[in-house]
Amino acid sequence: MSSAHATSTYVPKSRVAKWFESRLPLVGLVHSSFVAFPVPRNLNYFYTFGAILIAFLGIQIITGVWLAMHYDPSAANAFESVEHIMRDVNYGWLLRYAHANGASMFFVAVYVHIFRNLYYGSYKAPREVLYLLGVIIYLLMMATAFLGYTLPWGQMSFWGATVITNILAAIPVVGDTIQSLLWGGYSVGNPTINRFFSLHFLLPWMIAGVVVLHVWALHVTGQNNPAGIPIKSSKDAVPFTPYATIKDVFAVVVFMILFAWFIFYQPNYLGHADNYVPANPSVTPAHIVPEWYFLPFYAILRAVPDKLGGVILMFGAVLILAFAPWLDTSRVRSCNYRPVYRVFFWVFTANAILLGWLGAKPPEGGYVIASQLCTAYYFAHFLIVMPLVGLFETPDRVPGSILETVTGPGKQVSGSGMPAGAAAEPAKRG
Amino acid sequence: MADTTATHATAGPEGTKRDFLFLATGAGLAVGVGAVAWPFVASMAPDAATVAAGAPLDVDLSPIQDGQIVNVFWRGKLIFVRKLTEKEVTDMKAVPLDQMIDPAPFSARVKAGHDQWLVSYGNCTHLGCVPIGHSGNFEGWACPCHGSQFDAVGRVRRGPAPTNLPIPPYAFSSDTKLTIGEEGGKAAA
Amino acid sequence: MRIALLAAAGLLAAALGSTGLRAEDGHGGVNPPREKWSFAGMFGRFDQAQLQRGFQVYKEVCANCHSMKLVAFRNLSEEGGPGFSAAQVKALAETYSVKELDDSGSEKERPARPADRFPPPFPNDKAAAAANGGKAPPDFSVLAKARTYERGFPWFVFDALPFTGYSEQGVDYIHALLNGYEDPPKGFEMPGSGYYNKYYPGHVIAMPNPLSEGQITYPKDDKGQPVVPETVEQYSHDVAAFMAWAAEPHMMARKALGLRVILFLIVLAGLLYYVKKQVWKKVGGEVHGLQPELHKTY
Repeated sequence: MSSAHATSTYVPKSRVAKWFESRLPLVGLVHSSFVAFPVPRNLNYFYTFGAILIAFLGIQIITGVWLAMHYDPSAANAFESVEHIMRDVNYGWLLRYAHANGASMFFVAVYVHIFRNLYYGSYKAPREVLYLLGVIIYLLMMATAFLGYTLPWGQMSFWGATVITNILAAIPVVGDTIQSLLWGGYSVGNPTINRFFSLHFLLPWMIAGVVVLHVWALHVTGQNNPAGIPIKSSKDAVPFTPYATIKDVFAVVVFMILFAWFIFYQPNYLGHADNYVPANPSVTPAHIVPEWYFLPFYAILRAVPDKLGGVILMFGAVLILAFAPWLDTSRVRSCNYRPVYRVFFWVFTANAILLGWLGAKPPEGGYVIASQLCTAYYFAHFLIVMPLVGLFETPDRVPGSILETVTGPGKQVSGSGMPAGAAAEPAKRG
Repeated sequence: MADTTATHATAGPEGTKRDFLFLATGAGLAVGVGAVAWPFVASMAPDAATVAAGAPLDVDLSPIQDGQIVNVFWRGKLIFVRKLTEKEVTDMKAVPLDQMIDPAPFSARVKAGHDQWLVSYGNCTHLGCVPIGHSGNFEGWACPCHGSQFDAVGRVRRGPAPTNLPIPPYAFSSDTKLTIGEEGGKAAA
Repeated sequence: MRIALLAAAGLLAAALGSTGLRAEDGHGGVNPPREKWSFAGMFGRFDQAQLQRGFQVYKEVCANCHSMKLVAFRNLSEEGGPGFSAAQVKALAETYSVKELDDSGSEKERPARPADRFPPPFPNDKAAAAANGGKAPPDFSVLAKARTYERGFPWFVFDALPFTGYSEQGVDYIHALLNGYEDPPKGFEMPGSGYYNKYYPGHVIAMPNPLSEGQITYPKDDKGQPVVPETVEQYSHDVAAFMAWAAEPHMMARKALGLRVILFLIVLAGLLYYVKKQVWKKVGGEVHGLQPELHKTY
């Protein structure tokens, strides 16, 4: 956060504060990152999802640590210990439903965050590293969510673990070894759930670490915004506190209403009934599906009638995200000023939702054909649409400054958001 | 919140109204955070199954010999049930109170009419180790951890333990049967 | 923007239509009829008398084959449940016996206590399977949450929403199943064993019809008249409600707390909204959403 730190206007007042600050400039760091940090004044509510995601990382870690106090990660007792939490532990039902639905809310928020990023072109230079760190967080979230879903040791847990570990066996040469190292046996069993619990506990802390890097990178390049243009003067920006802080807190509380609705009134809606049947290695549920947030990738996996091919496409679908900064050839960031690509963006979004719906359907007949078409379109969006539209599209005129997008051209507003000069540093880099 | 309030506070009814709004919101947030903490704290208390499993426990006294100490567990805690010999009863009754660290007459250590039976928790009142029976200088227990000694009715006679071995709630339902966790027919809380 | 959104929605709708929606794909049963439950909805509460009757049905009929291993006697007197008194539960528990090890290490039986869980009808799953034609009868503890049926698009969307919300699929299924025994339709080939049930996936169920009219005698009111009819319809309702409670014993506490939490959050969000407006007033506000008319002027 060195760059952001350079803009800090924090001056310690008391002697104790001065003594501490000259030895560890912690308060100055926090001040420059979360108080004085210049934020584009035209951010809309889609830009509060970063704060919402941080809130959910915290919620998941805290509820998770508390659940771990009561949970027993063994094949023999896991199911019963989860029910023990639901029945006997004081407010155990609340902790567990918050954790289970918290995972879903986490993904709702991350998908809004990702699609906001794609719409406003936030992945483009100079924010590639910031964006890649985000893709890594997304991958870690997927791994964490999968591991967590196996822990109640119901039928979906067991068969989900079986199916996903069998996916890894498709890797040529080393696949079988990786699989048996994951299993710790000849099939999914007690050693598997035990190590999955250990990893499920570990990964969120790794996510937290990458989130720190993600925020750091954000504060080096400065935030993108709906106009997709950098902060050019102090009038384009407002200080993080109180403007962004209060807006973020408001958005987090509104999102909590949705979260609370699911916890208290639809706690099992996003889960699967079969996971209330204890794991049974001799019976596979008639219709196994992953959690909703994996469904588009599951549809891609099943679109290909070849084990290795399906696996490659599924992982490819996530990894291709990482190449977006270099596949997009447009000089304009925001879809607000890209009339052609904007349409493709919405088609891509609809296609992703459709893939999700197909992932929940049985792999037969028309569903398979539809999955194949949607999969093809998914990759075509990155490999064909992104490079070509950028080359041939004539963008709308981009406004001269962020201020203009707020007030209209030529108009003035009373008062600048930022103290003079405070916004200079990130703007130069943008 | 406090900072914001301070910067924006101006005189006049408008400013007061705004200050009130900011204060109310800050208080609301604080209440919310506090309320969220409650389930987390409550979940760490003994759960319903553990509480229910702490129901009173019956002990059959008939197989216990004179001088014998029997260990039983109630609510996961070790309890000594000791049948005193005639000599031990006489000796324990004769100990002067001023020789004790935590003075308690013999009658306070046993139930009336059941002089031969001591029922006490089995963890040293110093730091919780289990004292060894029939050892030490007082016909009772000696703690291997830090050297505390207790007499035959569990009174501490040598430190560092500060108090006598506590007596759990119990009652005799007959001469050969006692119920731990029940005091005169009522279940302990 | 708006056109693009409409186009995307149209595409989605067309795709959904063209892939051929079938309401019951993949599970080979008939969707159960939707019943009225006192515990459904935001303000739903269990009907204590119904749970008590449901427990009676479970005890007298189902418990002969189906275990309920996660439920303890004490649960019957806990808040939000059937509301038996602690004394009733103690007396009930004592009519059962459970095994424990004595001081010599051999198994002995003692009367159950309220803290004990319902003793299962069979000592283990293998014994249960062996006694029931190779398939162990499922445990009842969370069965009401472990059964469901697919609602399909667009119903599953409404199922999540306030006022149209629906989370009693499992209970409806259990009720339907108990009323679903009938003669196989013409041309339906029955395998050697099993019974035809309209609502069971695949229609061939190993369990014979467990309930019949008048089979269980419910407690009468003060005048000796039945409070509810003694019919299969009523029995199945009651036992399904009892199973819903067993699967989710803290449901009433959950819904009551939820109301308070959500009202609190709405008030707090309202306050925060005004605070946010106050704070932003100074800089003239930001763009809410997109303003297409704005960049058309360039």
